[in-house]
Amino acid sequence: MKDTTNILIAAVGGQGALLASKILGAFATARGDDVKMSEIHGMAQRGGSVVTHVRFGEKVFSPTIEQGSADVLLAFEMLEAARHAAMLKPGGTVIVNTQTIAPLPVLTNEMPYPADIIGNLKKMNLRVWHTDALDLARRAGHVKTVNTVLIGMYARMTGDPAESWLKVLAENLPPKLYKVNQAAFTAGYNLSPPWTEQE
Amino acid sequence: MKTLMLGNEAIARGAWEAGVRVATAYPGTPSTEVTEYIAQYKEIDAEWSVNEKVALEVAIGASVAGARAVCTMKHVGLNVAMDPLLSISYPGVNAGLVVVVADDPGQHSSQNEQDTRYFGMAGKLPVLEPSDSRECRDFMIRAFEISEEFDTPVIVRTTTRVAHAYGLLEPGGRMDVPLREYDSRFGKYMVAPAFSRRRRVVAEERLGKLREFAETTDLNIYENGSSDTCIITGSIAYQYCREVMPNAGFCKLGLSYPLPERKLKDFCGQHKKVFVVEELEPIFEQHLKALGVPVIGKAKVPVIGELSTEIVRKGLTDTAPEPVSTPFENLPVRPPVLCPGCHHRGPFYVMKKLKLKVAGDIGCYTLTASPPLSIMDTAICMGAGIGMAFGMQKARGKDFAGKSIAVIGDSTFWHSGMTGLVDIVYNRGITTVVILDNSITAMTGHQENPSSGRTLNGESAPALSFADFAKSIGIKHVREVDAFNLKELETVMREELAREEPSVIITKRTCILHPCAVRHFPLKVNPDLCKSCMKCLSIGCPAISFDGDKVKIDQVLCVGCELCAGICPFHAIEKQPRPGGGPA
Repeated sequence: MKDTTNILIAAVGGQGALLASKILGAFATARGDDVKMSEIHGMAQRGGSVVTHVRFGEKVFSPTIEQGSADVLLAFEMLEAARHAAMLKPGGTVIVNTQTIAPLPVLTNEMPYPADIIGNLKKMNLRVWHTDALDLARRAGHVKTVNTVLIGMYARMTGDPAESWLKVLAENLPPKLYKVNQAAFTAGYNLSPPWTEQE
Repeated sequence: MKTLMLGNEAIARGAWEAGVRVATAYPGTPSTEVTEYIAQYKEIDAEWSVNEKVALEVAIGASVAGARAVCTMKHVGLNVAMDPLLSISYPGVNAGLVVVVADDPGQHSSQNEQDTRYFGMAGKLPVLEPSDSRECRDFMIRAFEISEEFDTPVIVRTTTRVAHAYGLLEPGGRMDVPLREYDSRFGKYMVAPAFSRRRRVVAEERLGKLREFAETTDLNIYENGSSDTCIITGSIAYQYCREVMPNAGFCKLGLSYPLPERKLKDFCGQHKKVFVVEELEPIFEQHLKALGVPVIGKAKVPVIGELSTEIVRKGLTDTAPEPVSTPFENLPVRPPVLCPGCHHRGPFYVMKKLKLKVAGDIGCYTLTASPPLSIMDTAICMGAGIGMAFGMQKARGKDFAGKSIAVIGDSTFWHSGMTGLVDIVYNRGITTVVILDNSITAMTGHQENPSSGRTLNGESAPALSFADFAKSIGIKHVREVDAFNLKELETVMREELAREEPSVIITKRTCILHPCAVRHFPLKVNPDLCKSCMKCLSIGCPAISFDGDKVKIDQVLCVGCELCAGICPFHAIEKQPRPGGGPA
């Protein structure tokens, strides 16, 4: 049986994690996979940590990913990457937006924002790919397209053609939002993972 | 074509396919989207009811009048609807009546973890539990069949990980279910004792028939597996167990009440070791133990919180996947916070300044109990704050009433706060009540309510006025204030708290997440004026931070509400000229 692919999305409420998981799920569905996903709505979305689980493969039972078995972590914010890195399996991949959003204890100066998160991620048994997706999103036309930039990076990593992803984007977005998201996706897709450059 | 659907969307699809004509609900996480999706089907008359009790009563009326009806709520909403639910149990239904209840194990967005299966038992009502989106659709159709065949309301219970999980299913067409004749059978829907005693007997006979049905229904699945271990489970727990022990025998209970006792005893007898894996309460476990079947349940899986694949694996096999070791320790938590530009921040800032005791309620504003505002003292259930503030006055006298206040949101007020206000007027209380009017039911994701001026379908509706309501029940002092006008808020609160009469203060501003809300250009801190006094940090705006030297305003998050500018003693927070000119 084909193994299940587990993608965890870690974000801050309001960053568009739900839309990102919807796009990933729709892509796997279009390919003919069994798909399950899990998300949390409501109070947790008000600027809190938000995690969504996306799983696809031949047959998927649980909609949530077991700790230590995620293949990919798409982190929309650095601290959230650190918080959920242990969900990855050894050798898993973390794609990180280097944006920082201060949580309450940092805003009120009770705790510092953790230093050198990227450096610490690199010390783990993981593949780390980081970029300033907020900057790319801004250049693409809207700061709210960080999610689509990261999907572009994920698409680049898996090697699927951009056209098949853009088709899914077009099917799942209101027409007026497609163009800016297309630009954001392309900005992410045009980046190269650091490990292929080294190899 | 297979379609990826949210569990709640699949519930809605099932209702539509089952020929439902009337749908009612009060929003509540994780149930809310069911009714939002139902509203997209033009064949169904769907409404946001004022609360769950009314929602169920409207659905019961539709059933008696011959239309299949569905009523949706979260688990604690069922407490509000318990009176009609338990009262309609004996009378039963005409057209099918299904009550969808979404539980929230793990309390992602709820005040408790109550297990709705108990409520089905209390009402002698069958409970169906889907474990994924496909079953959400399928079980809705089955629930209506059972409802009509056995003359009973049926509960379909989901949990967060079913309601808010996506799965694939093949959507079907809508069944042709004609409107039944109005049910005028003598006394069937009259619960006066003389009638109801007879229906009491009928309800008990019905439960007996449902027990027999449970023995044979394919809602319950028995798979023998290749090991001598079997697992009795249901709902989302089934999915976790299948991943952990793919070779075990399984009894998956799609009908979780009443249980198939003979079949379960027989099935368990075929296995050496029997685990019971159920989320929340040990209902299957206790039932099986009462039947004399030795099972292992809560000794291995916790009663508190939601289950997961790792919890089930740890409990049943004492193993875990090899983890990747992490250098991250003691990371700062990221709790939910009020949004930048939130309506609620102003009124609560003033309450904090006046050092009031605050009897609060359920909504986004419940977040003001947490630092740095830390101002709300109580939030018990929908509508409770008003009655509780009055109770505090009774306990501690009028002086205390001058230093305490009840606070409630707009939707919550109509849901169950208005009766508390009537109680205060009638019993000559002097409580000051603040109604936070941001024009929408915000926490659950912007549902319309009686003061929004729109229905669930977006049609224009009368926008009920809090001021007119308060005046009509005899409250003489009703004040409306802009939620960001701190000066006026303080003056009005002081005046109304000093009064030995009940009063209502309505604070107004549109929820900042609403498309109609006005957003301004972000503000900036003038570093030459900022003295780092940190006063602006006390309002808990996520756009404002302190980097150890100066205060900064996040240019992405700030919506320019100017609340912080109003409290800065040094006028250091300034508007910026909009690039390209024009007003800031």
